[in-house]
Amino acid sequence: MKNHIGRGRRSLAAVAFIGASALALAACSGSSDSEDSSTAAGDGGESMTSSDEFTYTGQTSNTLIAATLESLEAGACAAAADGTPLVTDSIAAEQWDQQLQVLAANDALPAMQMAPGTPSLMTEWIEAGLVVNLSEVLADLGVEGAVLPAAEATLKQLYQSDDLYALPTEYNIEGFWYNKALFEDAGVDVPETWGDFVVVAETLQAADIQPLSASGTEGWPVTRLVGNYIFRSLGADAMQKVADGEASLTDPEYVEGAEAVAALGESGFFGPAPGSIDYDTAMNQFLTGGAAMFYMGSWALGNFNDESQNQIGIDNIGYFPFPEVEGGAGSIDETPANAGVPVMFGAGAYTDDIGEWVACIAQNYGDVALNEAGQVTGFEITDAPAEQSELTTMVQDQIANATGSVLWFEAAFSPAATTVSQTNGGALAGGNLSGQEFMELVQAQNG
Amino acid sequence: MDTVFRNRTATVVMLLPALAIYTVVMVIPILWSVTYTFQAGNAISGFEFVGFDNWIKFFGDPTAIDALWFTVRYALVTTVLQVAVGYGLALVYIFFLQNKSPLVRTTIFFPVILPTVAVALMFSRIFEAAPTEGPVNTILQWLGGDLTDFLGTPSYAFWVIILMDVWRSMGFYGVLLYAGLVEIPQDMMESARIDGAGTWKLIRRIVLPMSLPVLLSAVIFSINGTLKVFDSIVALTNGGPGSATTPLTLYMFRTSFAYGQYGYGSTVAFVLTILCLLVTIFIFRSMRRDVTES
Repeated sequence: MKNHIGRGRRSLAAVAFIGASALALAACSGSSDSEDSSTAAGDGGESMTSSDEFTYTGQTSNTLIAATLESLEAGACAAAADGTPLVTDSIAAEQWDQQLQVLAANDALPAMQMAPGTPSLMTEWIEAGLVVNLSEVLADLGVEGAVLPAAEATLKQLYQSDDLYALPTEYNIEGFWYNKALFEDAGVDVPETWGDFVVVAETLQAADIQPLSASGTEGWPVTRLVGNYIFRSLGADAMQKVADGEASLTDPEYVEGAEAVAALGESGFFGPAPGSIDYDTAMNQFLTGGAAMFYMGSWALGNFNDESQNQIGIDNIGYFPFPEVEGGAGSIDETPANAGVPVMFGAGAYTDDIGEWVACIAQNYGDVALNEAGQVTGFEITDAPAEQSELTTMVQDQIANATGSVLWFEAAFSPAATTVSQTNGGALAGGNLSGQEFMELVQAQNG
Repeated sequence: MDTVFRNRTATVVMLLPALAIYTVVMVIPILWSVTYTFQAGNAISGFEFVGFDNWIKFFGDPTAIDALWFTVRYALVTTVLQVAVGYGLALVYIFFLQNKSPLVRTTIFFPVILPTVAVALMFSRIFEAAPTEGPVNTILQWLGGDLTDFLGTPSYAFWVIILMDVWRSMGFYGVLLYAGLVEIPQDMMESARIDGAGTWKLIRRIVLPMSLPVLLSAVIFSINGTLKVFDSIVALTNGGPGSATTPLTLYMFRTSFAYGQYGYGSTVAFVLTILCLLVTIFIFRSMRRDVTES
């Protein structure tokens, strides 16, 4: 009998242990509510899928998308957010692509996120079925006209696809933004050729004004200049030729572009240590009058229109396109244009609840971003603000009047070449790397 | 107890759980990783067998060779400095500070418990050149020197990383070696003193030979830690400027997770494993010979 009781106790203990372990395991595995989706019978008897959360992950330096989504949650998208609240998260821009790759490899992409900086990765994920086909989804939801045709065409070209796989939360032109007062102090005019541009930078430096502000830690604001110089000197198809293997970055006419930017670095036009300057610091330098020129996309309008950040005043900021290269095949009217870092939707986390959010974002994001932050997007605008800054109007006009557009330096590169290009951008701006060396490093990874 | 160990079945049964866990968490992943070195692709695009292509690519890849060379240079210099400074501290604790040593030991040990990222942030501020000047640049300019971009110049960045890592870890090696030194029998030291040995002679003839085993441990700890350096470099320079301070670990990480080349990343990882193994065997053999001689 005693023995029997002992055995009973032991089995009770074993059951309790198994139960406790199961509870512990369940507790450990319950952290990803966002991806939990369940199926329930809908009104029409069709199967409906639902989510507990609408997860969004963006780059730390881009606060605008998250802020706009929060506004939408409280306003136009309150119905979609009911039962599926917005949960935002952010990752540093330098680690963006690699973090997304880890998530993608585990089929754990959040419901919505900024797309990878390297378009070829996105193409790979589209092929693997990891990204929601928005052409189909927007048509199903009845909101197919919400994206501007120009922005849709740019995104399709970027991902070499016939369907739309990302939403244009930005539609940008890129170019130089300049501080009008500092230009006046130094007695310089807006340059139209690269030669003039270098003279302007020299004059500004002689007047003890730092000519350019750029983030060397991110690198791309510097390598953009290399790409644009090449577009201006060799024409809009110059980088496509490299992608197609018809030309190499180490060809002398391509190296010239990198040498031109390296020469700016050697002259110290980017300040004392551009390799230590991050995105926010570069923006801050320009908006506090620490530098006269700033190459950036028009997504920066959000920062320019924010009085707490902009100490030099919105009316004091002017824009000029990337100058022409004397005797070059490209034109100053070909504006670098892109959909910034667009947003995509993870197929694994997509449910009908997320679909409601997608429809609401497509219909309302453009209006909210323009009204609240002066941000120009690639969405149809139905509720234009009564008043907006001249700069925002100017960007809208530029987009409407651009005769052609070019992508950016790394747009057609492999992930390895993109990383090598951007990690060496700081050294190029700091004058620590020659144009030849830079192009050899990038070409070696792009081969 | 003896009879239990003589019973082979009992030994096997007792060893089995630990062996099973070790196999699952160590042996299988390592073998799995080795199979990746003969493949190309990633978890999204799938894998294909490529034979020795990854190995051939490694030895023809200038970035990989630079990373290997940086790793070896960094490991050698940091190990020598870490162990030398740690040994120096241990000797100071024993011979000069004696009773006061706990307070000093705690203070010097303090950086060991600080998060690496916090230490890296502090060092990047100390050596900052822009947008604000750090204390080092302020002092340099006050002395009449030029503003220097320490973290943006490859040769300086190398030494700043080493300085930071030695500062972070010297307390640990000080305590580790101190623990070895206190084990030396006091009567042996006393008798040497009575025989007229001075501090220097005492260190050379008694302390150094007697502390060789713990020195060996310290060197193996240090060289394996420094060959696998990752967090401090990512936090301080992220491998830059360019790829000037990129060790094999960071290159492996980038290749696998940023470039999506799992096969090539595994090859880089395997080269690092072989390097750690060779270095450890080399140190172990050379030190053992010395211990026998003494």
